[in-house]
Amino acid sequence: MEKLVIAGREFTSRLFLGTGKFNSNDLMAQAIKASGTEMVTVAMKRIELEDKEDDMLRHITAPDIQLLPNTSGVRNAEEAVFAAQMAREAFGTNWLKLEIHPDPRYLLPDSTETLKATEQLVKMGFVVLPYCQADPTLCKHLEEAGAATVMPLGAPIGTNKGLQTRDFLRIIIEQSNVPVVVDAGIGAPSHAAEAMEMGASACLVNTAIAVAGDPVAMAEAFKQAVEAGRRAYEAGLGLQADNFVAEASSPLTAFLDE
Amino acid sequence: MKIKVNNKEVETAASSVAALVEELSLPAQGVAVAVDNRLVSRADWKDYALKEGMSLVVIKAACGG
Repeated sequence: MEKLVIAGREFTSRLFLGTGKFNSNDLMAQAIKASGTEMVTVAMKRIELEDKEDDMLRHITAPDIQLLPNTSGVRNAEEAVFAAQMAREAFGTNWLKLEIHPDPRYLLPDSTETLKATEQLVKMGFVVLPYCQADPTLCKHLEEAGAATVMPLGAPIGTNKGLQTRDFLRIIIEQSNVPVVVDAGIGAPSHAAEAMEMGASACLVNTAIAVAGDPVAMAEAFKQAVEAGRRAYEAGLGLQADNFVAEASSPLTAFLDE
Repeated sequence: MKIKVNNKEVETAASSVAALVEELSLPAQGVAVAVDNRLVSRADWKDYALKEGMSLVVIKAACGG
């Protein structure tokens, strides 16, 4: 498989993992390992003074894993820039999953603020991977602003509904000069395979793995699906026709009669 | 001296950000501190004096997608 390159860093795995919603840090660590991922998201939260919980970072830090801090919880570009600076300091990386979703009910990204923040953060030296609407025009603007990838959603976060935006993802993939990472909504390995077959550069998966009956086995299933989808894309899919007459793949020898 | 940490009033004897971080026994990695909404780099923690009424934001790594 062709390697994925983002901001000069090579990735063998095209599956990115989110770390939310796992029942335990141990389970999360095992799922990360089983997935073969080399990019893992991490969030930030304000400390509580009497809080002595397990430090999650030590479960995900490894030399072959790129940490991707997110800006979850910010409502506008100004807050995103502050969060980005905190993330760079806390995690020692200038990579950033920019996510600005002011609406807590549907967690849909705010396009205007996301574009504004991308412009500013790129100038500040961040490698910006913006989570965004599956809007081809917006994705072009983000690319022009210097985003390292675009990360359009397949469906609202955590819904596991698959590629509801497939027609728009197709256009984004066709037009993009930066890697397209399908983020949010991927609920089953088949969804991830579909995205990869369409030519997506990578998939970011969290909920579908974290809440599975067996998250470790599911992580491995996603690994295989992403690889299969990518191989299929690179191999070149046969044409699919909407208005068709069947075409036999075996010779029609007509041996049953005559 | 009274300061605010993440909007909670805290009584502390710590004279610098570094001393406060030690007092709070935070994880060794994945932590960032801002004073009055401005990031204070780890390298400056030792020399950054705390004053009565300052408001700090202290964050740490958390699970998330």
